[in-house]
Amino acid sequence: MINPAKLKLTGFRRADGRFGIRNHVIILPVDDISNAAAEGVASLIRGTMALPHAYGRLQFGEDLELTFRTLAGTGRNPNIAAVVVIGIEPKWTDRIVKEIKKTGKPVAGFHIERYGDLRTIERASRKAKEFVQYATELQRESFPVSKLVMSTKCGESDTTTGLSSCPTVGRVFERLEKAGATMLFGETSELTGGEDIIQSRCTSRKVLAGFNAMFEDYTKLIESQGVDLLGSQPTEGNIRGGLTTIEEKAMGNIQKIGSCEVRSVLEPAVEPRGKGLHFMYSSSAAAEMVTLCAAAGSVVHYFPTGQGNVIGNPICPVIKLSGNPITLQTMSEHIDVDVTGILRMEMNLDQAADSALTVLASTINGRLTAAETLRHDEFVMTKLYRSA
Amino acid sequence: MHESHDDVGVAVRDLKKGEKIGALTLEGKAAGSVKLRDNVPLGHKVAMRDLAADGHVIKYGRPVGRVTKAIGRGAHVHVHNVKTLRWN
Repeated sequence: MINPAKLKLTGFRRADGRFGIRNHVIILPVDDISNAAAEGVASLIRGTMALPHAYGRLQFGEDLELTFRTLAGTGRNPNIAAVVVIGIEPKWTDRIVKEIKKTGKPVAGFHIERYGDLRTIERASRKAKEFVQYATELQRESFPVSKLVMSTKCGESDTTTGLSSCPTVGRVFERLEKAGATMLFGETSELTGGEDIIQSRCTSRKVLAGFNAMFEDYTKLIESQGVDLLGSQPTEGNIRGGLTTIEEKAMGNIQKIGSCEVRSVLEPAVEPRGKGLHFMYSSSAAAEMVTLCAAAGSVVHYFPTGQGNVIGNPICPVIKLSGNPITLQTMSEHIDVDVTGILRMEMNLDQAADSALTVLASTINGRLTAAETLRHDEFVMTKLYRSA
Repeated sequence: MHESHDDVGVAVRDLKKGEKIGALTLEGKAAGSVKLRDNVPLGHKVAMRDLAADGHVIKYGRPVGRVTKAIGRGAHVHVHNVKTLRWN
């Protein structure tokens, strides 16, 4: 059995002491109308990546706070070496810049009003060039697994995820918990029917109360719409794969945390404090959930899939695991860890966990995942309610 | 099967009506056998015993749904004969 504490892991040490496993320079638009300028810079300067998105104007309250936290958290993620922020006007642009600056990494903000797109692109490109040359001088160094922050969420689940890929991640998480790593999970809606298991894992009354409040909040949201989730949970893909009810889906989902305890509950896109497993209040939609995990500082993600969800993330490498032989036969280019041997009784969960850990280590050390090579760069922000 | 006493097993390949199949737990422990009443595609569930209408279906050692019409041992178990216990 591979002990994660003995793996040789290398990454980029950031000024705040966290370690990244990628070394991106990103061009981050504050709002939808700054996407064009951000993409302009990224097309001019080699080694940069723009993260266009659909929001950032006329949001208010908690929804606006979440957008700010997601944007700033994305820039703060240790996989990012340096950030160019571009917004339409200076105030909100500066808010994002200030939050990122707290990590000590290089960051610069530009606003478009009184310059126009073209002059903004020129000014921002000069800075981006400087940042790329800074980033490409940085060297990888060894880091202990206790410095690793990672996340998990499954997608296009079926009965094979509950039998193979999810419990494989569960076994790895049990070993990572012992080794002192930090892990994130969430997907509030997909705990329905298994919420008692999460409750029983909460390490204190405060954590339990926090979890209950979030679960109740989600239940109320569904009820306030005068509907239930029968049409969307399980999804049509889940049903095709043999999952019949949300309880059955939840039980499969929960296999991902193995026997780990829940150390804290977090609002979406909030960085976890302390080692072990943390619950983050989040949607079960794949791209939204992984974007929130990345904004919370996760540097790598385990994604078990049954029917074959193809999701990726621009800044947080997504490792796909599948135990469904049809998926491996028909769409193997998306799968990093093949655990179909479990269903054929040729592989047990400990062997599957070894294979998942081997791929985790090589991904951390720089090997691109299937989703990275296929340019699956889904950056999708969670919107809580409509804009003003 | 997740637990040897579960009501249902999961087909790990496409199964044909009339086939006699054995069930195993993830640890490789034998958990009975049944003759199939239906074709059951890979990933779908097979009843390991007769299940009465309105009873619970046990998988992972706990209820994961309610039987909406009686299910014979060896039959395909899915949305046509089982519903969630939530949102009812």
